[in-house]
Amino acid sequence: MSTAIVPTAHFDLEPMSEPGKEQLLELAMGPQHPSTHGVFRMNVVLYGEQVVRLKPVFGYLHRNHEKIAESETYLGSMPYTDRLDYMCSITNNWAYALAVEKLAGIEVPERAEYLRVITGELTRLQNHACLIGFLMQDMGSSGTPLMYAFREREKILDLFESLTGARMMCNYMRFGGCRADLPAGWLDQARKVVADFPRFLDEYEQLLVSNEILMDRTQEVGVLSRELAVSAGISGPMARASGVDYDIRKVDHYSIYDRFTFRVPLGSHGDVYDRFMVRLLEMRESVSILEQAMRDIPAGPIVDPRMKVRGFRPKPGEAYGRIESPKGELGFYLVSDGSPNPYRYRVRPPSLINLTVLEDLCVGRNVGDIVAILGSIDIVLGEVDR
Amino acid sequence: MVGEGILKGMAETARNFFGSYVSKDRLTTVQYPEQRDAQIEAARSFPFLVYDGADWHDGMRCVACQICEKECPPKCIFIEKSKDKKPDANGKPQFYPATFNIDISVCMSCQICVEVCPFDAIMMDVDTDLSTDDRFGGLLLDKQRLSKSNEYYNAIHPTEAAAVDARLAVERARQEAKAKAAAEAKAAADAKLTAATPAQPASGEPR
Amino acid sequence: MTHLALLAQQLDQIFVLAKHWLLGFVPAGAQPLFSAVLSVVPVILAFPLLFAITTWIERKGLGRMQNRYGPNRVGPFGLLQPLADGVKSLTKEDIVPLTADHAVHFLAPILLVSAAFMDYAVLPIGRNMVIANLNAGVLFFFAVGSLMELAVFMAGWSSRSKYSLLGAMRAIAQMISYEVPLVLASIVVIMQAGSLSTVAIVNMQAAYTGIWPHWFVFTPWGFAGFVLFMVAATAESNRSPFDLPEGESEIIAGYYTEYSGFKFALFFMGEYIGMFATGGMAITLFLGGWSAPFAFLTWIPSYFWFFAKLLTLIAVFIWVRGTLPRLRMDQLMNLAWEFMLPMTLLNLLTAGAWHFMSAGLLRWFVCSTMVVVPYILLSRGLKQRKKFQIRTYHFSE
Repeated sequence: MSTAIVPTAHFDLEPMSEPGKEQLLELAMGPQHPSTHGVFRMNVVLYGEQVVRLKPVFGYLHRNHEKIAESETYLGSMPYTDRLDYMCSITNNWAYALAVEKLAGIEVPERAEYLRVITGELTRLQNHACLIGFLMQDMGSSGTPLMYAFREREKILDLFESLTGARMMCNYMRFGGCRADLPAGWLDQARKVVADFPRFLDEYEQLLVSNEILMDRTQEVGVLSRELAVSAGISGPMARASGVDYDIRKVDHYSIYDRFTFRVPLGSHGDVYDRFMVRLLEMRESVSILEQAMRDIPAGPIVDPRMKVRGFRPKPGEAYGRIESPKGELGFYLVSDGSPNPYRYRVRPPSLINLTVLEDLCVGRNVGDIVAILGSIDIVLGEVDR
Repeated sequence: MVGEGILKGMAETARNFFGSYVSKDRLTTVQYPEQRDAQIEAARSFPFLVYDGADWHDGMRCVACQICEKECPPKCIFIEKSKDKKPDANGKPQFYPATFNIDISVCMSCQICVEVCPFDAIMMDVDTDLSTDDRFGGLLLDKQRLSKSNEYYNAIHPTEAAAVDARLAVERARQEAKAKAAAEAKAAADAKLTAATPAQPASGEPR
Repeated sequence: MTHLALLAQQLDQIFVLAKHWLLGFVPAGAQPLFSAVLSVVPVILAFPLLFAITTWIERKGLGRMQNRYGPNRVGPFGLLQPLADGVKSLTKEDIVPLTADHAVHFLAPILLVSAAFMDYAVLPIGRNMVIANLNAGVLFFFAVGSLMELAVFMAGWSSRSKYSLLGAMRAIAQMISYEVPLVLASIVVIMQAGSLSTVAIVNMQAAYTGIWPHWFVFTPWGFAGFVLFMVAATAESNRSPFDLPEGESEIIAGYYTEYSGFKFALFFMGEYIGMFATGGMAITLFLGGWSAPFAFLTWIPSYFWFFAKLLTLIAVFIWVRGTLPRLRMDQLMNLAWEFMLPMTLLNLLTAGAWHFMSAGLLRWFVCSTMVVVPYILLSRGLKQRKKFQIRTYHFSE
């Protein structure tokens, strides 16, 4: 009836359906999609409702972060690191500061370490809460757990705003310490937020943990075996849910984590349910660390007095600094040639590395599982694409 | 039993539904713009230039050292140094910026310019109602739009401004003490000079 | 009859009396036609108004459950929001994909809305207030209701888009699967009432012993049937947790992805009208239709009770939507065929036992056991198949 101009093939993909198997349906989920956590595309080949092949396509948010850093000073890159994993700007800053401190041999005073731990664990709390909320939203819960998580997140963001000046792009760490000291009354407000948090976690658990529909949709779905997790370099809660006992806070003993008693939850099945439960349990452990840190924080300087803000020229060399960010192992690899700008600046993004196994997890499952699995990997496109 | 978890979840939602009518904790919305949250003191939106006194040009603290321009990560500050000098708050003649533009569509509010300024001349504002429909010039702030008084700075960041004012007052006191000591020394030297040679001017005259 | 009772009866029959009065102005030859029109027009006016109010209730209710206000800017408490939404959908550009099948694409929403409205022909909204008192009313209801599924498939197929196709396939599978428990759950009522006529079923429930009504939901088989009917009704209306065909976070909008503007509004309205109709049928079959819950409340008009019960069911639908995530396709089908079908068949046995045993405590005990025990056994069976495990987590050393 109408002579429509319909493109006969995707112009930028190699053909994914085999000729002769015409029941295969090729579908592009994204980049505009409500559940892909950002601008992210997945080319899926479906046989009915079953996934046969899946190819992730990303790069829509590439902003040349690593190249820009080569022409900025070391301090000038710090605000850019905020925007990598934009949900957790403090841990991004921390990893970068750690890398530069390793490169130049700078030491961090006690109070600054405590401040770093407090703000870092608050970041972990709000990241995990929002992740679980987003996972439930993608599974069709029409936003109720998400709104509860955001209610708690607002309290934490208010704390960040009164300490660092900004809710999300905190730009808080400096080489040798932190930028700003606690204003009056901050510690009391933070103690109140942390004291209220277990009650929120209990409500969350009541809403979610024994919900049969949730269990049915997430148990035995997207199973990541231990061997695959180790060989693919998966890190963070995703690896721990598969039984890999690797938490960089315990392995590297960086900062002052040795002084706090906290446990590391492990899963055994490696499915979506385990990843979600491991994050819930980690939130409880973070609350415990926060209570200990806020009890023990000493007085003192918040930045190494010998560090100057301008004219920082580390000696030639290289360093790799990594931390346990809420998404996994976030690392910065810096090569210095003695000038004020780094010669090479490389980010190891946990979201991207964790994303490489997406196809292995999704093949054989239904379309509805793709969204749940992607949500449980916990990606932020700012980090994947940099 | 199947259905138990679902019923527990529904009880939780019902608790939130009825709780939202009763407790403020379960209904945290603020009806912007009629109501607003209390402004947090440390918040930062975009930079502004501080001036002391009544005239924004005469009292401007900025001496066009261009350190903030160099340190700004996205390079959103543009400064042109003046050719002449004008006296600063201590009376000392300093250069001043003939042009000082900040493109706030590029600025990422990182506050590094504030950290590196040696003269406490540039500070962070808290105003976020900055939308404009002038696409090209509306977000390029020149030095007049950027200049705000020290009273305004004290109003938006009281603790920080108090500390800055104290530091500047100490510096000014030190400068004045130095100037007074120099003036006293000069006066003493002058007096000594006039006392040592009383009839010098008369000796040059022919008898 | 006392003055007050007469007044209550007149209030109850006010619409019937008004219709007879209006018919007096019409010549005798045209009276059947006008009678039909006068019966139909109130339904066509009342239920879309209820739809508008329901969208408002839903948004405010979901908002409060999520710790936020719902819409509160358009009119006091946001009451004009449905009006604003209506104006918006009327004035939007109507985009039809170039490769779509235009005729079918146009007819699908019209068929959906027509089929949904036809369902109301056999629902008794009040005493003596039914549009068509058919002998096979319940059968007519289910037959016409199935036309809605056809409309859904027409929409998905004619759009010629992959997302629409996926949505249409899922919708058809879901709706056909849940027709079976829906009808089976209503058969117990038909067995007990001995008639397919909705008016007869309601009349049977409108009696009282003491102050307690004879509603079928207050019997073990009636309660089980009601719960099963409501679950199947949620699935038939594509409401959460069964809203996979319009799974917003996966396939955008499923079978109505390619619809915009007024046609989308028609789809939306058609689904909600269908939901009200199925809810109305649940009220008719199990909750006593227009009868009051206690004998001393019968002075309140019958249509008030019908709408009160309907609003309660709507509130429950909204509550469930705000709490539960979506079921996946195979889980949905498993629920229908492996859980609900056996339960409805066992319910038939229970209803039969109830009918043939004499009234008394033994009858209650036996029938309750016949309902509860299979439920527990089925649950345990599902759990044992490692479907729902409560896990314990250990920590690293």
